[in-house]
Amino acid sequence: MIKKRVVLTFPHEIVSQPVVYHLVKDYNLMINILRARVTPQEQGRLVVEISGRKKELETGMNYLAELNIDIQPLAQDIKWHESKCVHCTACIPHCPTNAIFLNRDTMKVSFDKQKCIACELCIPACPYQAIEIVI
Amino acid sequence: MKVKTYEEINERIRKGEAVVVTAEEIIDIVEEKGIKKAAKEVDVVTTGTFAPMCSSGAFINFKNSKPKIKAQKVWLNGINTYAGLAAADIYLGVTELPDEDLLNKVFPGNFKYGGGHVIEDLVAGKHIKLKAISYGTDCYPKKEIETVIDIKSVNQAILTNPRNAYQNYNVAINKYSDRNIYTYMGILKPNIGNANYCSAGQLSPLLNDPFYKTIGIGTRIFLGGGEGYVYWEGTQHNPYVKRGPNGVVRAPAGTIAVVGDLKGMSPEWLKGTSITGYGVTLTIGIGIPIPILSEDIVKYTAVKDEDIYTQIVDYSKDYPNGVNKSYGEVNYKQLRDGYIEIEGKQVPTGALSSYKKAREIAEILKRRIKKGRFELTKPVKSLSSGE
Repeated sequence: MIKKRVVLTFPHEIVSQPVVYHLVKDYNLMINILRARVTPQEQGRLVVEISGRKKELETGMNYLAELNIDIQPLAQDIKWHESKCVHCTACIPHCPTNAIFLNRDTMKVSFDKQKCIACELCIPACPYQAIEIVI
Repeated sequence: MKVKTYEEINERIRKGEAVVVTAEEIIDIVEEKGIKKAAKEVDVVTTGTFAPMCSSGAFINFKNSKPKIKAQKVWLNGINTYAGLAAADIYLGVTELPDEDLLNKVFPGNFKYGGGHVIEDLVAGKHIKLKAISYGTDCYPKKEIETVIDIKSVNQAILTNPRNAYQNYNVAINKYSDRNIYTYMGILKPNIGNANYCSAGQLSPLLNDPFYKTIGIGTRIFLGGGEGYVYWEGTQHNPYVKRGPNGVVRAPAGTIAVVGDLKGMSPEWLKGTSITGYGVTLTIGIGIPIPILSEDIVKYTAVKDEDIYTQIVDYSKDYPNGVNKSYGEVNYKQLRDGYIEIEGKQVPTGALSSYKKAREIAEILKRRIKKGRFELTKPVKSLSSGE
């Protein structure tokens, strides 16, 4: 079993297709939807955690690629600009996974990409525009 | 009991002999050695705070054009300034927004750029677009100018803030609204989903001098990375709030008005700030040295986070309607530990004030004093203390 967190961007002509259904049914993959935003006639964005056997995960990804769905590793999605951060901690209560966390001895804020699910709740909470979504 | 004078302390600073510690370090020193010994050994305690301070701005005198203009309305990078002063004098307020800003029309507004950001850009040495219009007079015939200024080209740029460094502040919660609310205390989640505070607690200047025994008019301070002075008590200064047995106020109380030369300041300590759904402001670094003139004063500077209490205030219904109600008292140790208990619920905390930066400011000020680059001043008049 391997696990992958990815951001899937759907071209608008694919938005109406049951892509997740096929990933589960045809490729035996487990899909945990972390975030979804679908704007009909435009595009869809899906942040998912996919787990399954290595082989099936690969073929599932190929299926997505054939549909022209853009696949990006999740870690690239949210950018924390350390130089802009003043370590105020306004974002801390908004992060559901502790991806943004505080060392309470140094009172320094840090960001752990691996834990980030790109929910974007931290972005409006930051008064210094230190967190950015990179699309 | 008096232990030393300003003159004696400054003499030791000049000789490089002054014993200077931060408001964190003095806590352990007093605990280990006791008040008497600490008061004798320590000359100065440095404090610090780094937080959004909305009652701030800068007077700027730009080099007039040829022919001259009696500037009536002036914009810097599209931000309106107050020009109802002499020809080339303006006041740029940190919460001012561009005329074309969408504000909260698409709620919550982003407020990406405003007066606070112009000040940061100016201090960073960037070019700022200036536009001025007027009606024309015999002595000032020009009716419109568009030019570029920067920190070097202006005659004066004076940071002049009518209310900074609040002595204590509310903890903000959202108790009654069923959606996120967007306040100057940050985003507050429904059902008391979080609690936001804004003070450096045991490092905060006025919490280390609760009765303003040393901080007064004329006190030289660290301001925005450079030097500044306390020029008056701040607007809304109110020493009459309830105090703990240690004299420390248990709600927002004293404030100071400060002034300093923007030309000597740094963008690291003056940060343009965008508060979603609320507006723009400026986050300012302030550090104030406290001379240990007496045993009382060293006792006050040894105050700890766990001994500084403040009130939990609802910002969904009470605060907007001017209802003065507290949902409990908490101390800054609890707030900084990450969770406080409100109505039996564990609520995560966040801050608008950076403790890390406050600590850095206290350290920088300590270093400047130790090196003899920063002497202390005796206030020419005290702030009203309510005593």
